[in-house]
Amino acid sequence: MRPIRKKRLQIICLMVLALGGAVACILYALKQNINAFYTPSELIQQQIVAGQTIRIGGMVATGSVKHSEDSLDVAFSVTDFTHQLPVTYTGVLPNLFREGKGVVVQGQLSSQGAFVATQVLAKHDENYMPPQVAKKMAKAEAL
Amino acid sequence: MWQFLHKYGSPKIFYFTAGRWFRWLALPSLCFLLIGLVGGLAFVPEDYYQGEGFRIIYIHAPSAFLAMGIYSMMAISAVIFLVWRIKVAAMWICASAPIGAWFSFLALFTGAIWGKPMWGTWWIWDARLTSALILFFLYLGFIALQSAITDRQVGDKASAILVLIGVVNLPIIHYSVIWWNTLHQGPTISRLQKPAMDPSMVYPLYGMIIGLFLFYFCIAMLRIRCEILKREGRSRWVEDLVREKMARYRL
Repeated sequence: MRPIRKKRLQIICLMVLALGGAVACILYALKQNINAFYTPSELIQQQIVAGQTIRIGGMVATGSVKHSEDSLDVAFSVTDFTHQLPVTYTGVLPNLFREGKGVVVQGQLSSQGAFVATQVLAKHDENYMPPQVAKKMAKAEAL
Repeated sequence: MWQFLHKYGSPKIFYFTAGRWFRWLALPSLCFLLIGLVGGLAFVPEDYYQGEGFRIIYIHAPSAFLAMGIYSMMAISAVIFLVWRIKVAAMWICASAPIGAWFSFLALFTGAIWGKPMWGTWWIWDARLTSALILFFLYLGFIALQSAITDRQVGDKASAILVLIGVVNLPIIHYSVIWWNTLHQGPTISRLQKPAMDPSMVYPLYGMIIGLFLFYFCIAMLRIRCEILKREGRSRWVEDLVREKMARYRL
């Protein structure tokens, strides 16, 4: 390679590396703001005041969903299998809202330590399979 | 060692090679797309959790792959152009950018359509969606910069540098779902382990990805031919070519 080309290549590599380093530093510094939600365990480490709008994400705890009989009120717990957070919500839930599946809720902590959600989003995972395969897997897990 | 590549640096030779490549790739591209589309939209079983709605993945994921793949191609061309000053490389970037912009738009658009019924929202400012939006803006920025600078040499150089700056965004898009908490799910097939998709569903997805990449090459070949004619319009061989075509079609 001719010296002038070698030099150009070095400058380009240096530029991309320097830029990558700078962006990495910025992203690291902004870590907390980039996360779309806290898990219940992360929430405990944060200084969140009641009334501050945040998002919490995790699994809908199995057996925790309680629908009200005469209104759209619903209560459930969001868990990351270490900590749980009770959530209340009034409104229509997304179709994919199920016990044991992912959920992201937006709202505020009440002064009693419960979470009052204003929006409930379902978070599905990256696994795709036909219903028969899912049934077989559930059976295998139950054994 | 790279001697055989040198001749493709000539716009004239590349013009005719691009025409041949288009003819060779067009049919395979159509076949793969047909297999992928029909297989994915009609024959694959429904998903246990998302039902029939998950089929949009056969458009969404390949579009997103293409948006990132085309950008990588543009970045490689930018290095070739900046280091070796090969004009065809700069033309390849110009030919690719609008295609990449459309695919990244398609990825965002189909993602929103998928998000509304499944997640419950069209849009959320999570790391994956935001970085994908930035990729779309990078494409638009490239097109704007390229058309804003009338001096070809300066414009090519400036926009190639812009492409290289945007490369930082590619690993961020890919790892966004791993590094941060996002509403978007993790990678299904672009990972080292076995795909998180049942074998009965995954092959049409591969078909779509291969088909769309071939489609990109086809369209880029056509576009770079236009770009070459536009830029080399004053050279002898283009004049000869035009005269020959005019004689053939009796214009």
